[in-house]
Amino acid sequence: MNTPPQAIVIGGGLAGLWATLRITDSGFPVQLFSLFAFKRSHSVCAQGGINAVLDTKGQHDSIHQHLIDTLKGGEYLANQPPVKSMCEAAPGLVRTYERMGVAFSRTAEGLLDQRLFGGVRNKRTCFAGASTGQQLLYGLDQQVRCRESRGQVSVRVGWEFLSLLQDADGVCRGIVAMDLQNLEIRAFAADVVILATGGFGQIYAPQTTTSTNCTGAAASRCYQQGAWFANAEFFQFHPTAMIGRDKTRLMSEAARGEGGRVWVPRQPQDRRNPSVIPESDRFYFLEEFFPAYGNTVARDEASRAIWHVTRELGLGIRGSDRVYLDLTHLNPAFVTQRLGAILDIYRKFAGTDPLTTPMEIFPAAHYPMGGLWVDFERDDNGGMRPDSPRNQATNLPGLYACGECDAGYHGANRLGANSLLSASFAGRVAGEAVVSYLKGLTPRSPLPEAILCAAVSKQQQLNAVLLRAEGHENPYRLHHELGALMTAKVGVVRANAELIVALDDLRELEQRAARIGLDDRAVWVNHSLVFARQLQDMIHLARMVAASALARDECRGAHYKPAFTMPLPAGRFAGDPEFEDYRTRWQANNERWLKTSIASINPDADPILRYDAVDLSVHPPIEPRDYR
Amino acid sequence: MSTINLRIRRQDNPDSQPYWQAFSIPAAADHNVVSVLLALRDNPVTTSGERVAPVIWDHNCMEEVCGSCAMLINGVPRPACSALIDSLIQPIRLEPMPKFPVVRDLLVDRSCMDASLRRVKAWIEIDGAWDTGLGAPRIAPVAWSANYLYSRCMSCGVCLSACPQFGSHSDFIGAAPLAQVRLMNAHPTGRYDKTERLHAIMGAGGLSDCGNAQNCVRVCPKGIPLTTAIGELGRQTTLQALQDLFGESTPSL
Repeated sequence: MNTPPQAIVIGGGLAGLWATLRITDSGFPVQLFSLFAFKRSHSVCAQGGINAVLDTKGQHDSIHQHLIDTLKGGEYLANQPPVKSMCEAAPGLVRTYERMGVAFSRTAEGLLDQRLFGGVRNKRTCFAGASTGQQLLYGLDQQVRCRESRGQVSVRVGWEFLSLLQDADGVCRGIVAMDLQNLEIRAFAADVVILATGGFGQIYAPQTTTSTNCTGAAASRCYQQGAWFANAEFFQFHPTAMIGRDKTRLMSEAARGEGGRVWVPRQPQDRRNPSVIPESDRFYFLEEFFPAYGNTVARDEASRAIWHVTRELGLGIRGSDRVYLDLTHLNPAFVTQRLGAILDIYRKFAGTDPLTTPMEIFPAAHYPMGGLWVDFERDDNGGMRPDSPRNQATNLPGLYACGECDAGYHGANRLGANSLLSASFAGRVAGEAVVSYLKGLTPRSPLPEAILCAAVSKQQQLNAVLLRAEGHENPYRLHHELGALMTAKVGVVRANAELIVALDDLRELEQRAARIGLDDRAVWVNHSLVFARQLQDMIHLARMVAASALARDECRGAHYKPAFTMPLPAGRFAGDPEFEDYRTRWQANNERWLKTSIASINPDADPILRYDAVDLSVHPPIEPRDYR
Repeated sequence: MSTINLRIRRQDNPDSQPYWQAFSIPAAADHNVVSVLLALRDNPVTTSGERVAPVIWDHNCMEEVCGSCAMLINGVPRPACSALIDSLIQPIRLEPMPKFPVVRDLLVDRSCMDASLRRVKAWIEIDGAWDTGLGAPRIAPVAWSANYLYSRCMSCGVCLSACPQFGSHSDFIGAAPLAQVRLMNAHPTGRYDKTERLHAIMGAGGLSDCGNAQNCVRVCPKGIPLTTAIGELGRQTTLQALQDLFGESTPSL
C-alpha cells in the first residue's frame, strides 16, 4: 500500500469530532461525513452540563462515587470497565475542552464552576451557561476546521451514509454514500469506518426532545447489514417536556426542583382557564401519589404518574396528552432568577408566560440507552485497556461505533449530564482504538471493483424504485403513525399484550412503507426521497425496540412493565424475613435478567434476541436499590 | 382566523427562475413557521388545488440553537422555528435568505461562512486533543460573561443576509466571522495568534469593509453584540497597524 490507511468517520457531533481529532493526532487522514455543517448536530441541544469529578466544591467528591452513581442509575446493566474508565477520564476531557477555548462558566476565582445535577449528591457538573452541548461542539468544530485547513481532514458535508462496503471476509472496507444535493451515489473505500450518528428519538416523533435528523437510520443500516444492537428496550423518557406540534422541547427538571407543582383538573374535559380553576378542583397527583417526595419524585416515577393520569384516568388537560407544570404560585422574581432559561424557552416557543399561565407538559422520548453493541478490552486495573483495538468495536470487523449510537455506558438508564461525557469519551476512545486497528493492519488487496459497483448499483436501484413508485402512501404521514404507535404502545409504560399488537402494527407499517408514492420526483435536493429511505430504517429500529421490550419481562431502569414490578416490602428492612425473601427474589431476577440484550437482524422476521452476561467486575450489585 | 395563509417563493434549482405559490392550512394553536412547513409536507397542495412537490428548507433542532432554519419571513431574516404564527401578519411571505446562493426553494448555501472561519483562523491552537494535566489559565467571570455572548454564534447567517455590504457584489466576510476573531483574541491562549487573525481581517473584504449599517446586531436571534465586537476589532487593528509599522517598540496589546 502506498497511501496511508484511511479512516472514515460518519457524524459531526461530539463523538465523531473527537474520533476525528484523535485519529489525526496520530497522523492518519480522515474523511469526515456529515448530513449537515457540524454546528447543526444534535449535540448542541444538550443544555445542562458534563459530569467530571474535580472535587473543587469542598464536598469530598470522588471518581469512585461518580462510577457508583452511574452504575446504580443504570441499574447495573452497563459493563463496568468502560464506565470506570469514563469516570476516570472525565476531568481530563474537561481540561482538554477548556484548552480548546470552551466557555465553561467560572467561579469568582476564574476557575471552572460546578453545579448539582439530578440523581447525585455532589456538585460534579461543569457547564457553559445554558448551552453546554453547543459550547463543547463548537470547541471541537474549531479544532477540526483547523485540521481541515491543514489538509489532515477531508470534510464531506451534505452526504448521507447508505451502506457499509464489506469484503468477502465480512470486513468493513468503506461506505456507500449519497450526495444530498444531486443524489449521486458513490462508494468510498477506506480501511476502517467509525459510526457516530447519534440516537433515534424520531421513532417517537413528535413526542421526542430529539432533533428531526435523529432518525437512527445510519445505525439501522449497519444493523441491517449484521451489526448487533444492544439494550434497545431502554429508552429514557423525560417527564417534563413542552409538547409542540413540531417537536417536544425539554423543560429542565429544575422547574420541579424550585417548587413547580404538577396538576390536572379533577374533572375530565374541564375547559376552564387554569387560573380560574379553584384549588379544590385541582388534582396535584404527584403530591398525592408520592407524599414523601411530592413533585420532586424521580424522573421515571414522574413520567409514569403523568402517563397514568392522562392515558389511564383520562384526566389530561382538555382530554389531551398534557398536564400542568405550575410556577404561578411562586415569587416571580425568584423564578426569574432561578429558572430564567426555562422561562425564555417556554415564552419563545409557546408564546405564553409561565409566570402567569401554567406550562403544559408531557413525558417525551429523550435518550436511548441502547445502541450498536460495542466491545472493550479490560485491563489489570479493572478499566478499559487504553488504545486497545477492541474498544468501541462492533461485531463487524472494521466497523466502530461511538456516542449516542452505541450502547456502551448507561445501562438501563442514564444519569443527567453523563451524555455529553459518554459521547466525548467514546469518541476519543474510538479514535484511539482505530489508530491501533490501522497500525495492526497487514497489506490487503484493494476491494474488488465488482463489490463497489454492486453496492452502488443496489442503492441506485432503491432510489430509482422510489422515484418511480406510484403508491399512495405519504412517508411523512406514515412517520406520524409510527411515532403515535411507539408512544402509545412501546413508551413509558409497557404491557406484553400491547407490545404484541405493536409488533403487528409495525409489520403492517413496514408493508405500507413499501407502497410509498413521492410528491417530489426531482433528482435535486429531494428531501422526500431521503426521508422515505430513513423511514424504512426507522421502522426496522422500531420493530427491534418493540421486540426487545416484549422479551424483557421485568422492570429495570427506563423499561417498565407493571405486570412485573417487584416492590420492596413496606416497612421491612434487611434481616426481616419478608425483606430477605424479597432479596432472594431480587437475586433470582438478576440471575435471569441482569443481561445485555442483543438483537441481530433476521430478514423478514422479528429480530433474533440473545442475552449476554454483564461485566460486573468493578462493583457487583449485592444490595437491592433502596431509596427509603 | 381559521386558516394560516402563506406565500412561498419557490425555486427548483440554482439556475432556474423563482416563482410564488400560495398555501393554506387549518389554523391551530402554537404553530410556528417550521411546524407549518412540516404540516404542508403531509399534503402539499396549493390554494389553487395543485399538487406540488413539498417545500424544501433546512431544519433540525427546532429550539433555535442549531442555526439551520433561518429564512426570510415577511421580509425579515430570522430562524423559522421560533417564528410563532400568531405573531406574524398574514399571508406570511417565506423567501430564502438573501445574499446566499439558493440551492432549492428556501434552502441556501451558507458554506461561505465556513470558509470565512477558516480564513480568520477562528480556533485556539492546541498541541493535540489529549490531556496535558493542565487546564487553561484562569478567566475572570466578567471576561467570561462577555466572551460567552460571542461563543453562542450558531452560523445561521441572519446577520450576513441583513448586511448591505455583504453579498456577491463584495468580498466582505461579515459580522459573524469578525465576532469570532473578537472571541478568539480575548482567550488567554487564543491571543497568541492575535496578530495573524488581525492581519486576516485587515485586508480586502475585512473589517474596513463594514459600512456601519448596524443591521447585523438588530437581527441577530441570539442578541450577540456584533457591532461592539466590530468596534473592539477597530481598535485592535489600528494598534496592530501601528505595531506593523513601528515594530516591537510599540507597547504590546
